[in-house]
Amino acid sequence: MDACANLTGHGCGIILASIINGTMTGAVYALVALGLTLIYGVLHIINFAHGTLLMLAMYGVFFLNQIVGVDPYMAMPVILVAAFLFGYGLQRYVIGKTSHGRDEITLLVTLGVSIVIENLALFFFTANERNIRVPYELAGIDLGVTYLLVTQMAAFGAALLITATLWMFMSASDTGRAIRAVAKERQGARLVGINVEHIFALSFGIGTACVGAAAALLAPRFAISPRIGYTFVLIAFTVVVLGGMGSFVGALVGGFIIGIAESVGGLFLGESLGQITISLIFILILLLRPSGLFGEKLR
Amino acid sequence: MLEVRDLRAGYGAVEVLHGVDLDVGDDEIVAILGSNGAGKSTLNNTISGLFPPFGGAIRFDGEDICGAPSERIVERGVIQVPEGRRVFPNMTVRDNLLLGGYRRGRANRKRNLDGVVAVFPRLGERFTQHAGTLSGGEQQMLAIGRAMMAEPRLLILDEPSLGLSPLLVEEMFGLIRRLHEEGLSILLVEQNVMESLALANRAYVIENGLITLSGPADELLDNPDLKRSYLGL
Repeated sequence: MDACANLTGHGCGIILASIINGTMTGAVYALVALGLTLIYGVLHIINFAHGTLLMLAMYGVFFLNQIVGVDPYMAMPVILVAAFLFGYGLQRYVIGKTSHGRDEITLLVTLGVSIVIENLALFFFTANERNIRVPYELAGIDLGVTYLLVTQMAAFGAALLITATLWMFMSASDTGRAIRAVAKERQGARLVGINVEHIFALSFGIGTACVGAAAALLAPRFAISPRIGYTFVLIAFTVVVLGGMGSFVGALVGGFIIGIAESVGGLFLGESLGQITISLIFILILLLRPSGLFGEKLR
Repeated sequence: MLEVRDLRAGYGAVEVLHGVDLDVGDDEIVAILGSNGAGKSTLNNTISGLFPPFGGAIRFDGEDICGAPSERIVERGVIQVPEGRRVFPNMTVRDNLLLGGYRRGRANRKRNLDGVVAVFPRLGERFTQHAGTLSGGEQQMLAIGRAMMAEPRLLILDEPSLGLSPLLVEEMFGLIRRLHEEGLSILLVEQNVMESLALANRAYVIENGLITLSGPADELLDNPDLKRSYLGL
């Protein structure tokens, strides 16, 4: 018996294994949260349609797979672009046009959009769960302490890659600068000739593209149904608040914290009770840092 | 260069400007004087395209820019340094300046950046610092530097001396004079009447959304009405 076993009743290996598994899932949580935090940071709205858009993108991956026979990962570029265009149009021609710049209306519009899309999905796609079968479903590598699936590793790697790309884009490109400018100083942005409505829609589009990418990474591992969005978006909300609203680093670190907490919590408390760990960590961090790990101080 | 005719503008349903006529000629400094709430900023922001006007005409180089979106107006070279600076507090001084050339002057960005740093060495020292951490005076320099990045043809300065120490105010007016001598047309909106009139070629006095006085700056300096309203003489 090793030291961990004395403390916990589990071997070190299994704890390490659940940390690794949690890290893999955490990267995808981070990706979904990244989209949410970007939209919040720039438009200052809580996007209630985020989960629904994830669901829609997962169906996109599913149908591309079923009808055209495209591998979910190969479908990612298509879904990414489609999600971007959908998000751009949604903000520019629906949310932006109807909200008249008032936050409470924006909130209700995103909620309304989400209800409409979800019910359309129930009608057209039915409530049945769908699964994508990929030939490499069980392929993976044996790490000794755990068996790591190819689909897990792909999700982890791609999520990190996308986050890094987005980070570079935001810090070094002109459009990234314009997005950051609009986030904090809209009038100043207009005065240097930034088209603020375009940047709003662009941010919404990029945020939606994040869930598009996440959809391709999640589709091979999770059953798809019209309500699947809730599972992830509730966690994403937790991640965003935990990491600090509008913070990129916060979304990434928060994603890993929640992923690991869920997985290790599940080990000790069982699959269903393990979710409590998320809430506990959430409450604890907010007690200590009310504006989140990387959030700006509340004024 | 800039012609404003019978401009009516405001916010929502409230009309603030009730028909303003105004001209800025090539290589001119024109001052707009008026107390708080007279409609000075409304005038600027309508010229800059932040709000659509209720009526009237705005022409720049003979071209109608009335009601055009702000990015089209920036594109033509009408650049505003707003009241309250409106720099991007979450971004570095360098990124703030680079964004000045977002719509216009992009081809010469590198050269313009060097030029701005030459005029404001202070900004060079603070290059990687966030704009939000700068002092008020430095932020004002940054706001002007950001405007210079767009290679302005007409520079609109909205209360550039507001909130600056007397020494910095002197410096600011000196800078405006230099920019003008380098061939820039300037629309200067100020509450600082004496300094502005000393600097400007012509001036307008705006009260309750109407131009009540206008003329060459040195004539206005001797105007009894102006003296009574602004100098308490």
